[in-house]
Amino acid sequence: MDYVVEMLNIRKEFPGIVANDDITLKLKKGEIHALLGENGAGKSTLMSILFGLYQADRGQIRVNGKDVNISNPNVANELGIGMVHQHFKLVHNFTVTENIILGLEPKRGLSVDVKSAAKRVKELSEQYGLNVDPNAKIEDVSVGMQQRVEILKMLYRNADILIFDEPTAVLTPQEIEDLMKIMRNLIKEGKSIILITHKLKEIKAVADRCTVIRRGKFIGTVDVDSTTKAQMAEMMVGREVLFSVEKPDKEAGEVILKLDKVSVKSNREGVVAVKDFSLEVKEGEILGLAGVEGNGQSELVEAITGLKDIVSGKIFINGKDISNFSIRERINSGIAHIPEDRQKRGLVLDYTIGQNMVLEIYDRKPFSERGLLNHNAITEYAQQIVEDFDVRAGQGVESVARSLSGGNQQKAIVGREIELNPDLLIAVQPTRGLDVGSIEYIHSRLIEQRNRGKAILLVSLELDEVLNLSDRIAIINSGELVGIVDAKDTNENEIGLMMAGIKRGDTD
Amino acid sequence: MKQSIMKKIPKELVVSLLAVVLGLIAGALFMLFTGNNPFAGYSYLIKGGTMSIERLGNTLATASPLILTGLSIAFAFKTGLFNIGAPGQVLFGGFCATAVALSVNAPKPLLLLLSVSAAALGGALWGSVPGFLKAKFNVHEVVSSIMMNWIAYWVVYYAIPAYFKGSFLETESRKIAHQASLRVDWLTKLFDGSYINLGLFIGIIAVFVVAFILNRTVLGYELKSVGFNRHAAEYAGISVNKNIILAMMISGALAGIGGAIIYTGNAANLQIGIVPTQGFDGIAVSLLGANTPIGVLASAIFFGLLYSGKGFMNAMTNIPPEIADTIIATIIYFAATSVLIERGLDKLKRKRRGN
Amino acid sequence: MWTLIAQIFPYAIAFTIPLLITSLGGLFSERSGVVNIGLEGLMVVGSFTGAIVIYTLQPIMSPDLAVWIGLLAAALAGGVFAILHAFASINLNANQVISGTAINMMAGALTVFLARNVTGSGNIPIVRGLLRRDVPILSEIPVIGRLFFTSTYATTWLVLAILLLGWYVIYKTSYGLRLRACGEHPHAADSAGVNVYKVRYIAVILSGAFSGLGGGILLVTIAGEFTGSVAGLGFLALAALIFGQWKPLGILGATAFFGLASTIANVSSVIPMLKVIPGVILKVFPYIVTLIALVAFSKSSQAPKAAGEPYEKGKR
Repeated sequence: MDYVVEMLNIRKEFPGIVANDDITLKLKKGEIHALLGENGAGKSTLMSILFGLYQADRGQIRVNGKDVNISNPNVANELGIGMVHQHFKLVHNFTVTENIILGLEPKRGLSVDVKSAAKRVKELSEQYGLNVDPNAKIEDVSVGMQQRVEILKMLYRNADILIFDEPTAVLTPQEIEDLMKIMRNLIKEGKSIILITHKLKEIKAVADRCTVIRRGKFIGTVDVDSTTKAQMAEMMVGREVLFSVEKPDKEAGEVILKLDKVSVKSNREGVVAVKDFSLEVKEGEILGLAGVEGNGQSELVEAITGLKDIVSGKIFINGKDISNFSIRERINSGIAHIPEDRQKRGLVLDYTIGQNMVLEIYDRKPFSERGLLNHNAITEYAQQIVEDFDVRAGQGVESVARSLSGGNQQKAIVGREIELNPDLLIAVQPTRGLDVGSIEYIHSRLIEQRNRGKAILLVSLELDEVLNLSDRIAIINSGELVGIVDAKDTNENEIGLMMAGIKRGDTD
Repeated sequence: MKQSIMKKIPKELVVSLLAVVLGLIAGALFMLFTGNNPFAGYSYLIKGGTMSIERLGNTLATASPLILTGLSIAFAFKTGLFNIGAPGQVLFGGFCATAVALSVNAPKPLLLLLSVSAAALGGALWGSVPGFLKAKFNVHEVVSSIMMNWIAYWVVYYAIPAYFKGSFLETESRKIAHQASLRVDWLTKLFDGSYINLGLFIGIIAVFVVAFILNRTVLGYELKSVGFNRHAAEYAGISVNKNIILAMMISGALAGIGGAIIYTGNAANLQIGIVPTQGFDGIAVSLLGANTPIGVLASAIFFGLLYSGKGFMNAMTNIPPEIADTIIATIIYFAATSVLIERGLDKLKRKRRGN
Repeated sequence: MWTLIAQIFPYAIAFTIPLLITSLGGLFSERSGVVNIGLEGLMVVGSFTGAIVIYTLQPIMSPDLAVWIGLLAAALAGGVFAILHAFASINLNANQVISGTAINMMAGALTVFLARNVTGSGNIPIVRGLLRRDVPILSEIPVIGRLFFTSTYATTWLVLAILLLGWYVIYKTSYGLRLRACGEHPHAADSAGVNVYKVRYIAVILSGAFSGLGGGILLVTIAGEFTGSVAGLGFLALAALIFGQWKPLGILGATAFFGLASTIANVSSVIPMLKVIPGVILKVFPYIVTLIALVAFSKSSQAPKAAGEPYEKGKR
């Protein structure tokens, strides 16, 4: 059998943690090989070793049958290994060509020969059907196009072994389709691909074989065609995974949040991110907001919570117009918010968990009086949240937030927001980057809040999450409401189409 | 046993002490390099700052404005701001204090209250500009503060000769009356004629006030939230802009009071054409004190010792007095590169564990 | 009016040139992603080194040659001293502003300390600096010849040549491409096989060399002696860098503006037309304008995105 890459019995230890323990991955020539595992399972570490960013403590790497020592990315490049990083490594104010030739600039005399490089980029783009304009500036092209630039970067360096790190996370369904076509084209032209992912659907769609790792350990390599999704999921998590969440039927009650033709400006100059958006969220329901990243969800949430001003329209909570309220006034009116980026917005990482638990209410009694803090009251309150929400931290409430794992940080935030006892709970990507255990826990707490009659607005890029948790689903595209459907009588396909901007009924 | 003691000493303290040691070693090397005996140099340096009651008083007096400027910069750091504008705030605050001292006639306690308040207001005003520009336009406070330093320099440069010209020299203000000075007879007597003054007490009170604000109050909680993570502070409904301006004003006020101590306490007039180095030294004081109020107090007294002893050292040896400034600058460099020291400590620890 | 302009023009240019070369140094450093507020101190180092070399050599060789050797030494010393800043910012992830402040304080203290060991007073006078010369032929051109080519310093042409070369390097060569990439997105550069540390080291050392040269030029054209300070010119160069939006031609305009403004402020007391304006207004004018520029550019700033952020390999 012809293997282009063999990673044999790889072990890598970081202080206090074994990231890779005796992992073996063999890539056949001309195949798409998926590397499946949960967040934190050790996928990135393994690929970083192959790409020369880390050195393995033990184990062997063979490329095209020869033992190699990949000491840095340059060696990987010379061996024909290229990587499309999850976070693109592109300079925003450079052109496509400049980005591609960076580090490998063709010269004429002392100057960089941009012209001939651009020609070569164009040729490559045509050969693989990428359709990239070599002279466009990165900041002016779409995310999907940027990813193609990353692919071109590898092709320009004559890479034959391509690593894709979670490539679909930022793409629209249409762009995902295109990417898969491109991947098949690459295989046709003789390349071999490793696809890092935790999405089973994509593996089923394009991969030939799949290697599963869990908590740094090698679980197995399987043929994708002869393995079901459920089997792969069980290999990944280590136990049976429930694909749906139990939730009792419930009649929704009064309207809590009402958006009336809300428009919001984008973070980018001059663009409108949300247009005439109207929506109601009621007591005892989870309303899921589905959409591809960057279609106005973030701006909409920022407008509701007061982080961003609205251009026009009105926002009501319990019938009260809060359009001009400050952020704090909105919190006091009954809005709680689990933010999209827990480290950026959700926590002051250098504060203790105790201090973080009163971030919105430190100025209320009993936590402070006449401008002076009451540390005992704060500690007591935080203690309760830490216990109720199973937040695991070395020194309890005295632990610095930075020292907690991502899952525990998120549980602390969820606990803090639920403890505010809000009428409306806005949960944005509440489970991003967490392991399955934490995901299930947070899902169950959200459902519990719904059952207790709270209104919940759930914003998520994971379609499965939206489908499983929501009672109703609103779909947003380019800042406009495409439609609202009942979770019970819809499916992934329909929502996928609506996310692409195609309204219900348009297809018939 | 040994390990448990090691754990109780905060890492910051170890790093600061090592930075001091490295700075002193660098100073010794410079002395050696210029053909002097470092042991003699250091012994005269320490003697110069401590060998008599009067010199001890002078050491504390030199430390007093440094306590204020150190607190000023530490306070800004806690809010995530780098107040490199302290020199300008010292100068303008000191100018305001001098102006009050030279133009108001009132009983001493009232006059001092007025002049120190004027200094605080002047400093706050000077600090508020970079604060406002940062809050409103996201202009980096370092660059705007540097501009404000030079604006203060020239404003004072022209205002002193125009309004408060000294009797002999164009380049300094009139001498302030004893009634307007922070010096008090009992303190001068107690320290054998030293120029120590009420500035020391102002400094110590400020240490406690700043510590109290930062650790016990809602204001401190908000300021630190903004400093550590302004996005999270905004998310929680804490006004980021208000706190940035407020922090720069408080920081400026502290530096301004430092100016009052310099020009109406340690000195009796204001000389133009000089950027008060105490403003920049405050950066060193703050860093060495790990940006904590009590650390600032300790490191200000240490720097006070270096500064007040350097004259004596220069008189007794051939070592130029600038060695003190060189040592301080080297200490800042090592404090800034504390990673180097921390890495060394980690290595040491690992080695010990290995055995 | 014409005579007035013709009179102050050479002074304005003389004042502009050390600012310009220092600002260009800052441009290299910041474009690579390292903020360098130590420009002031690096100028002091250059001024000191230049002074001590010229002070020593002028008695024993042709004064002109001594001046040029002094300038070369100034540039070298600035470059070497800048390694301290490079090491702190690049290898140790230090706060670059604090490291720069330390450079400023160290330069100010250490040079005077050393100077005192030489002259006692801490000031180092040089016998004579650079002489002004007319450029042959070009100085005969009407108007322009009088303004730009009459009684000029050779260093002016040197600095303008370096500026031109700097522009070429930044925009046309592979080092320039890598430099700009390191300042905008060092991880992108790293993943493309660019050695970020090396690019930044070169840039910071260049900034030191240019600042040192700036300090040296100040010494041989305007100051005439080393006094332990360059009177805030390094900070003004930093302001010019922002004012010029991190572009070579931009800083040329900004420094020329500062040069003219400062010259007008300096000579205002002897020029009847300017006497009516209070001196303080003329003196603070450049700083106020910079503050206004900072506000005006705050929305569309071209500042390198990664400037000031320590870069750690392998961290995402």
